[in-house]
Amino acid sequence: MNDKYDIIVVGAGHAGCEAASSAGKMGMNVLLVTMNMNTIAQMSCNPATGGVAKGQIVREIDALGGLSGIVSDRSSIQFRMLNRSKGPAMWSPRAQNDRFLFSKYWREELEANPNVHFWQDSVTGLLIDGDSVIGVSTKLGASIYGKKVVITAGTFMNGLIHVGLNNFEGGRVGDEASLGLSDSLTDFGFEMGRMKTGTPPRVDGRSLDYSKMEEQPGDEAPSKFSFDSKIKPVSNQRSCWITYTNLETHSILEEGFDESPMFTGRIKSLGPRYCPSIEDKINRFKERDRHQIFVEPEGWDTCEIYVNGFSTSLPMDTQFKAIKTIPGFENVKFFRPGYAIEYDFFNPQGLDHTLCSKNLRNLYLAGQVNGTTGYEEAAAQGLVAGINASLSVKEKEPFILRRDESYIGVLIDDLVLKGTDEPYRMFTSRAEFRILLRQDNADARLSQYGFELGLLSKRRYEDFTIKYDKISQATDDIKSLSADPKILNTYLKDKNSSELKQKMKYDKVISRPNVHIQEMALEDDKLNSTIIGLTSEELESLEILIKYEGYIKREKEVAEKMLRLESVKIPASLEFEKLSSLSSEAVEKLNNIKPQTIGEASRISGVSPADVSVLLVACGR
Amino acid sequence: MISQDTICALSTPSGSGAIGIVRVSGPDAISIVNTIFSKDLTKVESHKATYGIIKKKEEDLDEVVVIAYKEGKSYTGEDLVEINCHGSSFVINELLMLLIREGCRSAEPGEFTQRAFLNGKLDLSQAEAVGDLIASKSAKAHDVAMKQMRGGVSNEIADLREKLLNFASLMELELDFGEEDVEFADRTQFKSLLAEIQLKVQSLIQSFAYGNAVKNGVPVAIVGSPNVGKSTLLNRLLNEEKAIVSNIAGTTRDAIEDEMVIKGITFRFIDTAGLRETEDQIESIGIERSYKKANEAKIILFLIDERDVELNITDIIDNFKEKILGKDIQVVTVLNKSDTLTKKQAILLNEYPNILRISAKENQNIEQIKDKLLQLVESLKLDDNATVISNIRHYESLSKAQEALNRIEEGFEVNLSSDLIAMDIRQASHYLGEITGKISTDDILGNIFANFCIGK
Repeated sequence: MNDKYDIIVVGAGHAGCEAASSAGKMGMNVLLVTMNMNTIAQMSCNPATGGVAKGQIVREIDALGGLSGIVSDRSSIQFRMLNRSKGPAMWSPRAQNDRFLFSKYWREELEANPNVHFWQDSVTGLLIDGDSVIGVSTKLGASIYGKKVVITAGTFMNGLIHVGLNNFEGGRVGDEASLGLSDSLTDFGFEMGRMKTGTPPRVDGRSLDYSKMEEQPGDEAPSKFSFDSKIKPVSNQRSCWITYTNLETHSILEEGFDESPMFTGRIKSLGPRYCPSIEDKINRFKERDRHQIFVEPEGWDTCEIYVNGFSTSLPMDTQFKAIKTIPGFENVKFFRPGYAIEYDFFNPQGLDHTLCSKNLRNLYLAGQVNGTTGYEEAAAQGLVAGINASLSVKEKEPFILRRDESYIGVLIDDLVLKGTDEPYRMFTSRAEFRILLRQDNADARLSQYGFELGLLSKRRYEDFTIKYDKISQATDDIKSLSADPKILNTYLKDKNSSELKQKMKYDKVISRPNVHIQEMALEDDKLNSTIIGLTSEELESLEILIKYEGYIKREKEVAEKMLRLESVKIPASLEFEKLSSLSSEAVEKLNNIKPQTIGEASRISGVSPADVSVLLVACGR
Repeated sequence: MISQDTICALSTPSGSGAIGIVRVSGPDAISIVNTIFSKDLTKVESHKATYGIIKKKEEDLDEVVVIAYKEGKSYTGEDLVEINCHGSSFVINELLMLLIREGCRSAEPGEFTQRAFLNGKLDLSQAEAVGDLIASKSAKAHDVAMKQMRGGVSNEIADLREKLLNFASLMELELDFGEEDVEFADRTQFKSLLAEIQLKVQSLIQSFAYGNAVKNGVPVAIVGSPNVGKSTLLNRLLNEEKAIVSNIAGTTRDAIEDEMVIKGITFRFIDTAGLRETEDQIESIGIERSYKKANEAKIILFLIDERDVELNITDIIDNFKEKILGKDIQVVTVLNKSDTLTKKQAILLNEYPNILRISAKENQNIEQIKDKLLQLVESLKLDDNATVISNIRHYESLSKAQEALNRIEEGFEVNLSSDLIAMDIRQASHYLGEITGKISTDDILGNIFANFCIGK
């Protein structure tokens, strides 16, 4: 360790790893400070990546040149494309990971980056000069200087773990909490809050009876997260298993309610409504006589099992007793109980769109410290913070993604403009332009940026341009050539699609439901010649672009309307309180958040359309 | 330029006047007006008055004088067109609706002035004043508009909002939480919920006809053969009430409009030239005009007399109705001079209980006509407590929402995937937002988490 760096990253979880890695790739001299070198990129909760909306985020990270997708693909033990039966905007990749390999490959990636350096220690305070952060001080007594500091402390700041009425300090079971740093931030005017999250028990897979459960295998033809052609989909897969709680489970759990840290009021902070503990589910949905439990292996070479759906902070003996009533769990042996953790987070409304603090210059916050939940959300923020900290060192324009071009843009815009009361998780419904933000086109949306930033290699960038040249050539051909009824009618009849009476352009035929290019091409040599050389992934993109052209176009038009307000900048010199026609609530909110554009202002709650009109006038545009 | 929308609004006070000026401003002002105007405005000099006809499909709506202000040399600093039309509320409303159909948006309060400022046509010191104006108007716009709706923020609106929220929530549940162990709504459930929402929206749209009638007066045309007693009836109706509000020379030279109030409802009576087969060119022009006027009315009093009774009454009524194009125009057949019927005529008439029998000259049964008129207006509104909209912007929002709702229905028909249907749900709730209050993603997610057991 030296005592001077371009960028210091505090915390080596999913956010910290992306931040350090991207900054290193952008030529920064980076120090990654972690409390434990052996727990880099831990999957503290479930051993899985992606899912609905989250999978899209991982694809976006990959398209930008981040590493979460690649690390997940290399450590996958199962892959499924969720929502295949729905439209393409909903297709969501999800992988089960080997928790140990995931961590190992991240560490390898970081170690392979010559600009990334490591230091095992706990950061306890910030070094300040005027209104700027100039470094950090540590528990071991070191003062380390950096031009930028990125804090990605996750659930570790003042972490408090609850199991029943027992509670103790910790950042995660088995790891110490990070003390001091949070107070230091609060001293500098950051608005601190507490959040809660929980995790289920881990059990011994050798003690389970899988014959009593339903098998949930991976996809027959698994795909992957990364657009990198060198990364291959998982070949062998491990299955997950599904079982259910029952009324007996519920009544045993209820017996422990008087020792529940949640129901007795010991935990006061808000947990996520979409990720409730089992006791919460029983309490709130009394009419349900069973809840689904997913039995997820933690890796290839381990018998450790993650009991997804059984997150709990009830006393240990209640957990043991209750779980044994679940089919297949009769003889279960515990590795460790479920628990709840409370931790400090900071109101993300104190940050700008680069995730840089508005109070303290050169300080960035990313991940769960900003009130989010999930590896994917954390990694995305880490990447954005790492990129922007680097750009700022280089005195270049900031990198801000828009809501109509990425979930990452939606995530950060929501956080810094609206803040959050409960741990923020991405849902597709949060995006206005779901049809544009698909997993299949994340590369089309973001690879250009990744390449220009220096994160995406030349090889991958060239692959990307070739891919879309091929797709656009094929699209042109398909739109200009006509299908012959004699050749295709048998196929169409098979598909319950009305037969062609005369020649029809291929794109019109393809846009019919149940009809697929690849199948059609088997019957039709002319069509086949237009798609020769396209991979199955490219064919999928091509088909989506043709089938949904009208919808994509409509969504783009709506997006363009929204962008008009986005282009109207609010001058920094504008004094909101001098505009007497603004409502007082709007003045307060605008002063707090200091939106850069009218579009941003319009998304702040408490700023009405009338206030927006006043701002438009005041901006004199 | 921030706004690329083209906006339109009546710039003269609402209500009947000799003329009304409708302004259209924005990048497409000239091309939009061109689609409904008989002359090509691109070939007309800027700032010069041009006479021509506003066309509604093939029909002439009105003779107007149009001034185009080109290349931003206008009040707003944008391309602007002023249409000087006749001051009838009917003509103005039709004109605005035509413009909206062709791509205009009705202007927000103060929007012309706002654009003038934004384009540097007003000086900066006026900014705050304009800002105040907009703030006071748009903050109150919703409020005022809500008050304008008879019944205020009724349960009906709250109910519509809830239905919409439920609909959106069920759809989003299926999308974002498709992997969860919860029961998803099936398409039948969606369809019936959609049908309920469509019905609500439809009834609000219909109430616009009533709301508009209440605001601007219900146009009633009195039509019939020459000398059947139209003018006498008009005089009876008006003299009887002695409540003539105004006496305005109509937009068509040979029709007279008179207004009167019956039990709080304003009626605008339109007297027309007598209808008959004729070779006389000038007279047939007058008769054409009478039909046109009749088509602008909401209610037609079709006056016949004892001479018609001898002929086939059904044919006469059917022949007349054929020439009435508007679907929602109510035709009331009135037999005048019923005091002079022969026995034979009286027997013939017994088959037609719906025909009102009066004698205008003897002042008999005039009350029946008034009752009938009131009854017809009341029937426009669906029930006594129904919410009524009278604001054209609300009407516009509802119509746009209806389009989106219809697209959702079509989507269900062809089994479109839910993420695409959700696009139209967003559109629908966006347009209804002004009426129901905004429905945000947080509202939808909150509703889902409250009602479904989500999460592993």
